[in-house]
Amino acid sequence: MTGDIFLWLAQDGLTNGAIYALLALALLLVFTVTRVIFVPQGDFITFAAMSLAMLEAGRLPGTVWILAVGGLAAAALEAAAALRERAWRRLPRVALLYVALPLAVAGLAGWAAPRRLDHWLQVLLALAMVVPLGPIVYRVAYQPLASASVLVLFIVSMAVHYVLVGLSLVFFGGEGLRARAFSDAKFKLWVVDVSAQSLWVVLASVVLIVALWLLFERSVYGKALRATAMNRIGARLVGIPTALTGQLSFLLAAFIGAFSGILISPITTLYYDTGFIIGLKGFVGGILGGMASYPLAAAGSVALGLLESFSSFWASAFKEVIVFTLIIPMLVWLSLRSHHVEEEEE
Amino acid sequence: MKLASFAARVAALALAAGAAQAQVTIGVTLGATGPGASLGIHYKNAFQLLPTTLGGQPVKYIILEDGSDATNAGKNARKLITEDKVDVVMGSNGVPSSLQIAQVAFETKTPFVCMTPIALAPDKLAWTFVVPQPTELMMSAVAAHMKANGVKTVGFIGFSDAWGDLMYKATEHHAAAHGYKVVTNERYARADTSVTGQVLRIMAANPDAVVVGGSGTGGALPHVALVERGYKGRIYHNHGTVNREFIKVGGKAVEGAIAPTGPLMVPEELPANHATKAVSLDFTRRYEEKFGADTRNAFAGYSHDGVMLIGAAIPAAMKKAKPGTPEFRAALREALENARDVVGTHGVYSMTPANHNGLDERARVLVKVDNGSWRLMK
Repeated sequence: MTGDIFLWLAQDGLTNGAIYALLALALLLVFTVTRVIFVPQGDFITFAAMSLAMLEAGRLPGTVWILAVGGLAAAALEAAAALRERAWRRLPRVALLYVALPLAVAGLAGWAAPRRLDHWLQVLLALAMVVPLGPIVYRVAYQPLASASVLVLFIVSMAVHYVLVGLSLVFFGGEGLRARAFSDAKFKLWVVDVSAQSLWVVLASVVLIVALWLLFERSVYGKALRATAMNRIGARLVGIPTALTGQLSFLLAAFIGAFSGILISPITTLYYDTGFIIGLKGFVGGILGGMASYPLAAAGSVALGLLESFSSFWASAFKEVIVFTLIIPMLVWLSLRSHHVEEEEE
Repeated sequence: MKLASFAARVAALALAAGAAQAQVTIGVTLGATGPGASLGIHYKNAFQLLPTTLGGQPVKYIILEDGSDATNAGKNARKLITEDKVDVVMGSNGVPSSLQIAQVAFETKTPFVCMTPIALAPDKLAWTFVVPQPTELMMSAVAAHMKANGVKTVGFIGFSDAWGDLMYKATEHHAAAHGYKVVTNERYARADTSVTGQVLRIMAANPDAVVVGGSGTGGALPHVALVERGYKGRIYHNHGTVNREFIKVGGKAVEGAIAPTGPLMVPEELPANHATKAVSLDFTRRYEEKFGADTRNAFAGYSHDGVMLIGAAIPAAMKKAKPGTPEFRAALREALENARDVVGTHGVYSMTPANHNGLDERARVLVKVDNGSWRLMK
């Protein structure tokens, strides 16, 4: 292996690692706040990337239907709860958030799709279509079961994942799609050509990670999220609405998923079901970080990206084996280290 | 009066049963969902265009979904045979699924028209008939083209699954006779976000040409990566890659990609005396009328050709037994084995007991990406 091959592989590994780091952070956030192992995280990648590719082709992505129907379902649940509690004043807010907003985005997409707007507007539109799916999914699938055990929530996650993958196949078809690159520029970095796209990925990931850190450290919402993650009951006692923090964490997770999807959509061919594998690697990255600490999860993900890149050079047929085998020693170590805690003790 | 109407009803029922008995039932299992969906959807679409009478007999199709899962495919085949009493099974997209069905067909003595190129041991071959061109036949066109262009070293990169293995074996198979050496065997998965490592390995070996063993849009990723890294040699693909989505995803980078395919991908450009021109043209036209311009694909053609083979075998089998009986299934198997000069969309099928595919060089052409579409190489 020569020096320039090493650099090439390192660059590739860092680009992928940055994506995995984002996903690991989102998974960790959702898990600590709501105890949900968020399997459908990867599906947001697919939806955002495929929606962007379809908008570029001047077609209306089917995502708008999930958005509209999901929004109505969430609105129905919210409205039923409001009526039961005779809290009439909540109704306008429900109508605005779950009916008017999704329908407005869907209408906007329907108007914009055949017009092939500027690339940046299409990116914003794709984000606007996918990000609201996070809170909607939380409201419909998880909130009614918010206090169930981790295992039940995990099974719900699997169900949501299968529903989303099935819809994804219906809306986007079986063949892969690829979005246009933001820029074709390349920079010469010593011997390695670095494409602007991979710089984008790394920079955007770093910016997003810093923004998340600021959110957690400085804002009231971030502090509420952290408080819920540390102790749900305690957070409730001091007046933090845990349903709100749940929705907020799903909103962030959907945003991170959609953002990652848009970042990688010009680099690779995405299929209706690829997001899952990418999300899974983010999960492995999170596990490598012990599923507890954000910096460790990010570091674990970058290490995973590098490992993946180098193993695809040395033993490409065994790449996935190597990547996913990594999780076993880590889990053994985690289970040996932690003294068993009953999760229902709260 | 009541008695008369009852008698009439019984008679009607008996008649209906009699009519149903002469009906040939074709059981199909396909994966229009799951990882093989991009192929399975096309296989399934074709059945909307296929005739409901074959060889003068009414035909019923029962189509089940196996989600591209081999276990499900095997279960479906067993269900079709034992519960629906089908006379012949067809399926599926994906090598593992097809191997499962072949096993069930062998056990239950039911003819199996297989729509994936699989290679079976001679003692298991009896009940299975393979519609698609064997990968060796397809890749022989690529090997001949490489020989004519003086290629001495070939880099291989393919899927890390059964398809990648088949393509690697086919490329290796022709190496000695065509004077080239395969210098790399790199693998990647359809869902991979990057093939940088594999491509660097190929660049280091610096072969005269590269063969990509992917399928559909999955073939585009290594091609684009090779071009981005400045690879100058020819890049060959295989028949699994020839569709319009591949070009849509690969864009400018895949200009000049060469691949073998069945004649139905370019029927308009075939010479007038080509054996399958009329059949290929007719099917492609009807398919695109129904499913939209440029939706032509090899997979729908396999469904069509499989049914044509069954249609050619039905008259001979009808002489020996009635549909729905084990005797009919045995007669159908024998008739399939003796099918001669059946013209399909992909080629001309002439089966023998040793060769249950029966296609020859007429079943493949080389195509090249030229200005954003697949064109016949003359």
